[in-house]
Amino acid sequence: MKVGVIVFPGSNCDRDMYHVLTDVFNLDAQYYWHDKGLPKNIDAIILPGGFSYGDRLRAGVIAAHSPIIKDVQKMAEKGIPVLGVCNGFQILTESGLLPGVLLKNKSLNFMCKWTSLIVDNNTTPFTNQFKINDRIPIPIANGEGRYFVDENTMKKLKKKNQIVFRYDMSVNGSSDRIAGVCNEDGNVVGMMPHPERAAESEINPTDSRPSSLIFESLLVKMGVKN
Amino acid sequence: MSLESRELSELKSRIGRDPTPTELQIVAAEWSEHCSYKSSKKHLKMLPMTGKLVINEKGYDSGVLDVGDGYVVTAHIESHNHPSAVEPYGGAATGVGGVIRDILSAGTRPIAIFDGLRFGDIEKDLEARWLFKNVVAGIADYGNCLGIPTIGGEVEFDECYENYALVDVAALGFGKKEGLIKNHAKKGDIVVLLGGSTGRDGIGGSQFASDALESDNRSAVQIPDPFIEKLIIEAVLQARNDKLIHAMKDLGGGGLSCAISEIADALEIGIEMDVDLVHTREDNLSPDEIMISESQERMLIITSRAKLKKLEKICKRFRIGYSVIGHVKSDSQMRIKKGKRTFASLPTDVVANATLLDLPATMPSYLHTIETENKLRPISDYTKILTKLLGSPNIASKIWVYGQYDHEVGIRTVIKPGCDASVLRLDNGKFLSAKIDGNPKHCYINPRQGAIGCFEEACRNVVCTGAKPIGMLDHLQFGNPNDPEIFWTFLESLKGLTDFAKYFKIPCIGGKVSLYNETHAGPIKPTPVIGVIGLAEKKPSVPQTITQGDNLIIVGKTKDELGGSEFFEYIHKFIGGRCPVVDFEDSKKNMKSVLSAINNNLAKSVHDCSKGGLAVAVSELCMTNQIGCKVSLDKVPGDKLCADKILFSESHSRYLLTTDSKKLSKLVALLKKNKVSFKHIGKFGSDSIQFNCKTKSIISLNVTKSRKIWLHSLSNLVLHGKRASQ
Repeated sequence: MKVGVIVFPGSNCDRDMYHVLTDVFNLDAQYYWHDKGLPKNIDAIILPGGFSYGDRLRAGVIAAHSPIIKDVQKMAEKGIPVLGVCNGFQILTESGLLPGVLLKNKSLNFMCKWTSLIVDNNTTPFTNQFKINDRIPIPIANGEGRYFVDENTMKKLKKKNQIVFRYDMSVNGSSDRIAGVCNEDGNVVGMMPHPERAAESEINPTDSRPSSLIFESLLVKMGVKN
Repeated sequence: MSLESRELSELKSRIGRDPTPTELQIVAAEWSEHCSYKSSKKHLKMLPMTGKLVINEKGYDSGVLDVGDGYVVTAHIESHNHPSAVEPYGGAATGVGGVIRDILSAGTRPIAIFDGLRFGDIEKDLEARWLFKNVVAGIADYGNCLGIPTIGGEVEFDECYENYALVDVAALGFGKKEGLIKNHAKKGDIVVLLGGSTGRDGIGGSQFASDALESDNRSAVQIPDPFIEKLIIEAVLQARNDKLIHAMKDLGGGGLSCAISEIADALEIGIEMDVDLVHTREDNLSPDEIMISESQERMLIITSRAKLKKLEKICKRFRIGYSVIGHVKSDSQMRIKKGKRTFASLPTDVVANATLLDLPATMPSYLHTIETENKLRPISDYTKILTKLLGSPNIASKIWVYGQYDHEVGIRTVIKPGCDASVLRLDNGKFLSAKIDGNPKHCYINPRQGAIGCFEEACRNVVCTGAKPIGMLDHLQFGNPNDPEIFWTFLESLKGLTDFAKYFKIPCIGGKVSLYNETHAGPIKPTPVIGVIGLAEKKPSVPQTITQGDNLIIVGKTKDELGGSEFFEYIHKFIGGRCPVVDFEDSKKNMKSVLSAINNNLAKSVHDCSKGGLAVAVSELCMTNQIGCKVSLDKVPGDKLCADKILFSESHSRYLLTTDSKKLSKLVALLKKNKVSFKHIGKFGSDSIQFNCKTKSIISLNVTKSRKIWLHSLSNLVLHGKRASQ
């Protein structure tokens, strides 16, 4: 199977994501530059973190209008798994693939710290190896990471089981402590924390197993692993 | 903003005619202290700069170390003090940008940023608070956007920096040895300027930085754009992979004047360029302005005509501006034209090499009168004093600072900020440890011993992570060098660093001198900042959680050395006393023994004992691990001292080792065998930090309460103007 890693001018977690996909999970990954389309034989898409277009105007908003996003949209409609991490999540909300917005953190500062996530939905292609309420030690690093939706959307999110990850305590003031959501079909997932920074024991001060399960879930979904 | 009359007549005699106005501007920029090191260069040669691992290449702005298996590490340190003092956000951000481009110039990918920040007293001084907050934001916004982790540093507050800021930024790079740019050029090669457009920002910046700060000359401060810098990094590394770069240089202080003259001088070539070809961000820039503008995010690349097409394609892919501004000649002249008219034509060696000075030096008079002993009021409540120290700006946790820096991006960070030194994993399975340290309080009292202390402390921090020091960076920051007393302190510091570097065979692989650091109240205290890079061949020592029943062992002697300590300066408001002195032999023995304890897996964690002394170092261990400890002061090895001195003396070469009871005897045997001074001085457990003198408890501090104060004091000070309370 082939995973496409989308790269925009200013993406800076693309190489980290690529390393984890290929060196840790032996996946066939390929970079795709923002200005062209995606080939048809892609099995999963990942939008890595960074500062696409230097966060100008608003994080993710310019990248959301890149040519490649049209193809991401088409493939998402077909049910292909799509994961957006950090700036990738911001791009997915800005392009309308995911509901909600990401506002400036409550502290108004950029925040880099290790948090603990709680799994709320274990039916997505990136969480099928978890049990509900499993915990994931994982770092965040963002300035605009406060997930916000209005009340009606929140009701809908809950009803359709679209909340994927919550922080175990309030980290940045996000609605309902939300750290990650999915679309109605569940194949498009966005999350602010960085699983690629937590999936190897060497750089994870506590436990790298839970973050590995995010990638292993994808492997299971694709039938690469049982 | 111009040459001194002595320099002008010298220029005339070296070129045999009157210089043109443009030539004057070019030479004034390049002969400024900032670019030419004219006051310091003669003396800097005393530092050892070669070693087994050091790779020397022509025209590099960063030092290169061979870390084996075909890989190299590059390192450099810079400061942006004057700009940050008037425009803290932009000054600090462009400081990061500059040092990153120095790393890139060698053809290596930048992998880490370190920052050393110094401000006035933020408890009293609102401007210091403003400077601090904005400098941190500037570094965070720039480094985070680049996706280069800021993984370490230090922050210090001292009245000598009132209304001023010292912003030192160091960076590390990593790459394949074969990817290093071997700077070379031949006649007919072309000169490409790549990156941001040239504008009027930063005009005369290098001269601005080479004078005492007298005005808020904000136009001399450059404007940061980390997004362009990120694109330049990727474009340049792509061009490196495609072997399109013959020679490369970053544009920093002195702008094009400096880059052109220095690269031409280093490669013994001539360069002819046309200012009309430079891509600019505004119209009607004069040739002089184009030559000395310090607009950011620019690189100079020399390539062949045949490779230009490919280079242009890369620039277009990353949408970065570029212009072909000139070509290489064989006559060792830099010729600046505008269309057909020549504005400057100078021998490059004249421009690139200002006449070096040998300034007079005399011991400062304050050192004759500084108090050596002082009758200080006796301490009635040590618990209160320690609590106060733990919440003091210099000792309180810096989590408010490093929490704003992305220190994980790049997925190399094995030991995170907040420990003694940060550690990165390298592609060859080895680990790189690095730390920067300064101590102006020690250096003021004794510039020589103080500087040695900074060097040793940085080494100690690196050793605590299980790495062996392999290279150092020095950043020497002083006041006006024309004052013989200040110049003496510069020389003393330099001599101290040289002695230590030679004894320990740690080569100096790069550095920077920043002079004219003066506030309206006078010169800053001597502030050398030393960066040490260490390498761990195997696994580094990642601190393990300390648990009930673990043992505390101190290595190294505690001496009567309270001079320049936080205890004297913060608690007693007293400047003076005996500055800590490093005993080279003990230092070496202790380093070796600690490394061998780590390599034999005998310690759960190793922590350096420095600022605030033993009392603070033990508290830090307790607060980080959220566990108490009972320490017997009588057992601490060293001079026979009163409690004040055992608790708060900042003697060097000391380490705190923790170990579980199973490994205690093996650790003790190893330390005995190595003949180091050490003692088992405490046991962990309960919830209080306790220090006993004989059988009497003189400090008893609740871990949870003190942890809260230590963690939150700095952010409370910045945000609300007061320290955290219990």
